[in-house]
Amino acid sequence: MNQAFTLTSLLARGLCVDRGGRTIVKNINFDLRAGEALVALGRNGAGKSTLLRAIAGFLPLSGGQLTHTGGEVEISLPELCHYVGHADGLKSALTAAENLAFWAHMLTRSNDASSPELALQRVGLKRLAEFPVAYLSAGQKRRVALARLFMAPRPLWILDEPATALDVASQQVLAQAFAEHRAAGGMIIAATHAPLGLIDATTLDLGSTPSNLGGNA
Amino acid sequence: MRSPLSALFWRELRIARSVGGGGAMSLVFFLILVSLTPFAIGPDLNLLSRIGPAILWIAALLATLLGLDRLFQVDADDGSLDLLLTASTPLELIVVVKCVAHWIATALPLVIASPLLGLTLAMEPTSLAGISLSLLAGTPALTMLGAIGAALTAGLRRGGLLMAVLILPLTTPVLIFGVSSAAAATGGTVPFHIPMLILSGLSLASLAGAPFAAAAALRARDA
Amino acid sequence: MLKYANPTNFLALAGRLIPWLAAATALLLTAGLCLTFFVAPDDYQQGSSVKIMYLHVPSAWLSMMCYVIMTSAALGTIVWRHPLADAAQKAAAPLGAVFTLLCLVTGSLWGKPMWGTWWVWDARLTSVLVLFLIYLGLIGLWQTIEEPAQAARAAAILTLVGVVNIPIIKFSVDWWNTLHQPASVFKLGGPAISGSMLWPLLIMAVAFTLLFLTLHLMAVRNEILRRRLRRLSIDAAHAEEKSEATA
Repeated sequence: MNQAFTLTSLLARGLCVDRGGRTIVKNINFDLRAGEALVALGRNGAGKSTLLRAIAGFLPLSGGQLTHTGGEVEISLPELCHYVGHADGLKSALTAAENLAFWAHMLTRSNDASSPELALQRVGLKRLAEFPVAYLSAGQKRRVALARLFMAPRPLWILDEPATALDVASQQVLAQAFAEHRAAGGMIIAATHAPLGLIDATTLDLGSTPSNLGGNA
Repeated sequence: MRSPLSALFWRELRIARSVGGGGAMSLVFFLILVSLTPFAIGPDLNLLSRIGPAILWIAALLATLLGLDRLFQVDADDGSLDLLLTASTPLELIVVVKCVAHWIATALPLVIASPLLGLTLAMEPTSLAGISLSLLAGTPALTMLGAIGAALTAGLRRGGLLMAVLILPLTTPVLIFGVSSAAAATGGTVPFHIPMLILSGLSLASLAGAPFAAAAALRARDA
Repeated sequence: MLKYANPTNFLALAGRLIPWLAAATALLLTAGLCLTFFVAPDDYQQGSSVKIMYLHVPSAWLSMMCYVIMTSAALGTIVWRHPLADAAQKAAAPLGAVFTLLCLVTGSLWGKPMWGTWWVWDARLTSVLVLFLIYLGLIGLWQTIEEPAQAARAAAILTLVGVVNIPIIKFSVDWWNTLHQPASVFKLGGPAISGSMLWPLLIMAVAFTLLFLTLHLMAVRNEILRRRLRRLSIDAAHAEEKSEATA
């Protein structure tokens, strides 16, 4: 079961990210190994989302280094990660299954994507697979977005407030999915206000002001 | 199993056809632009048939650019653009596929409708054939150039007008050779194939170059 | 009358009416086309191209009648907020656009032998083209706003604004000196058209009107069913959520 993924570690040394001429994220260090999880904490505006977007490769680093070991040599870090952000990345005119099938095509290299029905079953939306996303509630849309995690196997999950709009039952499903992913050797980096049920996660306190130093793992 | 790019292509076409996709709106806008001109300059059919190619080209230019400002904006708003950045497919190819789907959904109907609208401007049959061919050869360049503007303004609010200001100056060569090939179809000193070859060359060059510029603009977007 | 304003009663009534209307339409359309091609005389100036008139004039009438129906439905939407009025409005717009396009195309085909050109920018043709554009705009508005009740109110406002165009179309041939011929059927002092041409024309007009009514009833029925399907789907999605929450 262990080590389904070849990515073995992710090391951050002195990460800094600038936005609008201001250093939002300053000097972040962490070591993340296969099966481990990192939870970024901090008040609004502390730079949690910025840090996550920088790790996913959407924002350039203004300083520091992010290195990963293991994994096939030619694959860059963004291609190894699943990103679930504030926006769900769903087209309201298409059905839940069509949305997921599309992302399965886009996010996998090989034919190892699972079917949209199985992924939707895991988040309890199997019967809504053929419904246009426009008809779903905010929580249901978020669950469709999270079902993407099961569609394509990728070792690093980067989750920005994943539990937003989720009810208690869905949060339990999510916690179980986290445990399975980590057991298979995956890594999770999450930003959150609410407890996510991540057992033994390293916490990274971004502090109350952006100038505060990040905690070392 | 479908390849990622064909999955993207069919998704783009389906969204263009569905609610609020705006594929048909560009065509209606084109029709309105063409029919407004005779209101402005009067119903003189001789004058209209002489400037018909210019009217059709300017209308096609504006209708193509108008539809393009949503090309990446929608994906930026709903988070799809971030996910596309993590895809295994190069962003440049994603840009090309989105542009091709957009061209088929919005520009191709303009090309097909242009002879009909040319009839209302009292254009000759050879001139109608010339305008359709020149639009067919030239609109890909408009779509690809517009994609650069759409990528540059993807993160911005009220990017629509800014995009037109950025891109319209760049489209002048396309407009010049488009109208001159349509004019060459009805006679004149220049043979028809010369401006047509230049127009096709502009389209091919923008197809080769613009995806890199658009992808770079999308990556540089501060979101 | 008010009884049939209830969508369920309307569906039952439409279900009974549609076969009869469709049969009457087929009958009259066949009769009208036979009269057009075999009975109605050729014009001494225009030859057989005058027969385009039997399609052109009825579709022109329909293009305007459809707009008038849409206007009354728009009033129903705004004043009474009645869902049936919404559906009647939405169903009429594509039909109106098609009849207007038919009118423009047949007029253009008729104009080529008559005036030597496919199109002139005179007041009648231009105002009908504007009507066509208004129809297209309304269809676009309906398709862009997803919430049906909100779309109905927006479309109703646009419909009422656009109604100024209807008298302009009707009287354009009288107000401006145009290439298009003036009215010859409905005018003071009786029709200025011979009986051998008038009868086929009137039969074709009635046939087109019945065709419109049949298609409109069918489209309204589809729209009501589409709305119900949408509402049931949304309810089902929400019910699913509740049942999961309690499970």
